[in-house]
Amino acid sequence: MAHIAFTDNLQKHLPCPPVTAPGDSVRAVLNAVFEENAQLRSYILDDQGRLRKHVNIFINDAAIIDRVALGDAVADDDRVFIFQALSGG
Amino acid sequence: MADVFYVASRKGLFTYKRNGADWNAGAPAFLGEPVSAVLKDKRDGALYAALNLGHFGCKLHRSDDDGATWNELAPPAFAKAADSDAEAPSVDLIWSLETGGADEPGVIWAGVIPGALFRSDDRGESWNLIESLWNREERAGWFGGGYDKPGIHSILVDPSDSAKLTLGISCGGVWKSDDRGATWRLTGDGLRSDYMPPDQAQDLNTQDPHRLALCASAPDTIWCQHHNGVFLSRDGGESFVEFKDIKPAVFGFAVAVHPHHPDTAWFVPGVKDETRVPVDARLIVNKTVDGGKSFTACHRGLPDAPSYDLIYRHALDVDETGDRLVMGSTTGNLWASDDGGDNWRQVSAYLPPIAQVAFA
Repeated sequence: MAHIAFTDNLQKHLPCPPVTAPGDSVRAVLNAVFEENAQLRSYILDDQGRLRKHVNIFINDAAIIDRVALGDAVADDDRVFIFQALSGG
Repeated sequence: MADVFYVASRKGLFTYKRNGADWNAGAPAFLGEPVSAVLKDKRDGALYAALNLGHFGCKLHRSDDDGATWNELAPPAFAKAADSDAEAPSVDLIWSLETGGADEPGVIWAGVIPGALFRSDDRGESWNLIESLWNREERAGWFGGGYDKPGIHSILVDPSDSAKLTLGISCGGVWKSDDRGATWRLTGDGLRSDYMPPDQAQDLNTQDPHRLALCASAPDTIWCQHHNGVFLSRDGGESFVEFKDIKPAVFGFAVAVHPHHPDTAWFVPGVKDETRVPVDARLIVNKTVDGGKSFTACHRGLPDAPSYDLIYRHALDVDETGDRLVMGSTTGNLWASDDGGDNWRQVSAYLPPIAQVAFA
């Protein structure tokens, strides 16, 4: 299970406490998260399921590379951080 | 006259209520968030607010108690494409919201960037892309005006026949439907663009009507503040005539039309497209009462000091009497008039940049 944490700036729009979720890719982990919190999807992903332009995702210390298919690998016990970018504000 | 209006701003939604001779604002909703559009549905009292969260996308909220509480709705969105690559569409901005006709309870229209029209039949709970417009091959010729991508900013529903729709698209011209959006045709003969090659200046599909507004009691009269000037249609947007000799300038974004007198309309001129400030730093409202034969510069109550306010396309509104107007600027100034724009009074000098003002 990956450990997912969300920027505090999302909390003012909707509840999104830290969660754990299964999956071996960013896409799989997020899909598992959205099964429990469907409204969160449109805050992180655009209509086509791409990562929003001004949202960043880190796996442990590294920003993900694939912002379209979200194919970056996630390993068991990885920490996934979802931040707002400093752009787009 | 209307005693309530809304201000959609860069940092929240403000509600102003008349109190004697003054306007008082309540606590803002969505404080800190960009509000791109606001709509009061006079049919059922619902209040809609579209947000453009800088990081987290476009959102839509509805209040059924005049803004005391809000419910987030699923915003208009494109279906996932078979190949969701970087080019597949996603809603960038909810640019305009309009109610359907009096005979269409619950129908809401949304115009968005990138150049799509959505319809809700259930008070914004769910949305359908109007594919009959989205799939038009002409759309490939549209382009952004100000924003990177084209957008639908004006949705006119004919008060006498809600099946008749007229759209203003920047930059994609004027489009009409006579069947509630089932089919569309490109109109706007007479519009003219200086930003295209000379042989393309009359191309209907690349016109940039900054804003369209109709006369509620004479809906075939549609005024247009276009990128290149002021135009008037007497046939519901099929064709337009241009008024070229308007002082101090023909450039601008906003237009409002008197609900009972089709010859009366208000504009707010700026220098030109590359210098979007009042001419000579003197903010005025240009008013015509004779169908464009003449314009009067209304200045009383507007700043005497140099002003650099720009009035966005949705930031000028007139109420159902035609006497009361409200106007908000990119500088966060807000003015109101009770006498058809002849005299203005500053309501606030301290608001965030204003995207839209709208009477309840």
